[in-house]
Amino acid sequence: MSEIADKVKKIVVEHLGVEESKVTPEASFIDDLGADSLDTVELVMAFEEAFSVEIPEDAAEKIATVKDAIDYIEKQKAA
Amino acid sequence: MFRLDGKTALVTGASGGIGAAIARTLHAQGARVVLSGTREAVLAAVAADIAPDGARVHVCPADLSDPKAADALVAAAEVAAGAPLDILVNNAGLTRDGLAIRMKDEDWNRVLEVDLAAPFRLCRAVLKGMLRRRAGRIVSIASIVGVTGNAGQANYAAAKAGMIGMTKSLAQEVGSRGVTVNVVAPGFIQTAMTDVLPEAQREKLLAGIPLGRMGKPEDIAASVAYLASDEAGWITGATLNVNGGMAMP
Repeated sequence: MSEIADKVKKIVVEHLGVEESKVTPEASFIDDLGADSLDTVELVMAFEEAFSVEIPEDAAEKIATVKDAIDYIEKQKAA
Repeated sequence: MFRLDGKTALVTGASGGIGAAIARTLHAQGARVVLSGTREAVLAAVAADIAPDGARVHVCPADLSDPKAADALVAAAEVAAGAPLDILVNNAGLTRDGLAIRMKDEDWNRVLEVDLAAPFRLCRAVLKGMLRRRAGRIVSIASIVGVTGNAGQANYAAAKAGMIGMTKSLAQEVGSRGVTVNVVAPGFIQTAMTDVLPEAQREKLLAGIPLGRMGKPEDIAASVAYLASDEAGWITGATLNVNGGMAMP
């Protein structure tokens, strides 16, 4: 697993207080991990801070799963 | 009851009558207070009056008509206090009265900017930390005219009514994180802002106040201290009307 994926997973575990085993790439923040809409906004803010990237509102809306977040950040970091 | 020991509060408009009283009361309840406003010398005098030894009191001047000032003020206040903000009191405001048919866009815009947009930006800026810490208190000072309207104050009444709607929305957004957002709506308070009203209008207003007197800044400050306290933890989205009974919406 990439360093980014690791860090994303850690942030999700910390923020949502869920077990690490539940944070699979396919896990949806809202449907599988019990996040509410404010949690998803806070997660995006936490990602922005942790990775020093800016995630605009329209991109943030499309980040529904753990994999979505990892892919987006990896793409930003590669650019 | 209602102690604020260990809490840090930012009070905007702290150089004015109501703002200074709010800062003094929060400080007396044990809070560390950061005073903001445009007039640095007046703020310094208020701070010295609140705590001659400078304990738990800080001054952070800001001109909230600058859209960038809100974020900068929150950051500066937390640096000055050496602690995150637990309490935000949106008290800064101004009036540019006039009958609507004669009101200039400039007077409308300035009041909406300082009395509504700036409080929104301050809320946004403090909420990030409050959400993370799962605790926080926002108390905004509106006005009875935001509920009843007032001839000659279309801009001010709109801004204050807007503040009430904004507060109800924010309260719904952040309630699950232990942050409360409320409004205190003062009635007729004796301050420099109300001293400019003509005598005839004043007498007429007094006749409409069941408790028979104008409000004191301390009447407002006590309500703010209550809403900022742990004891008010189950009140959010509320508008506390503190007006001597002048209006009972």
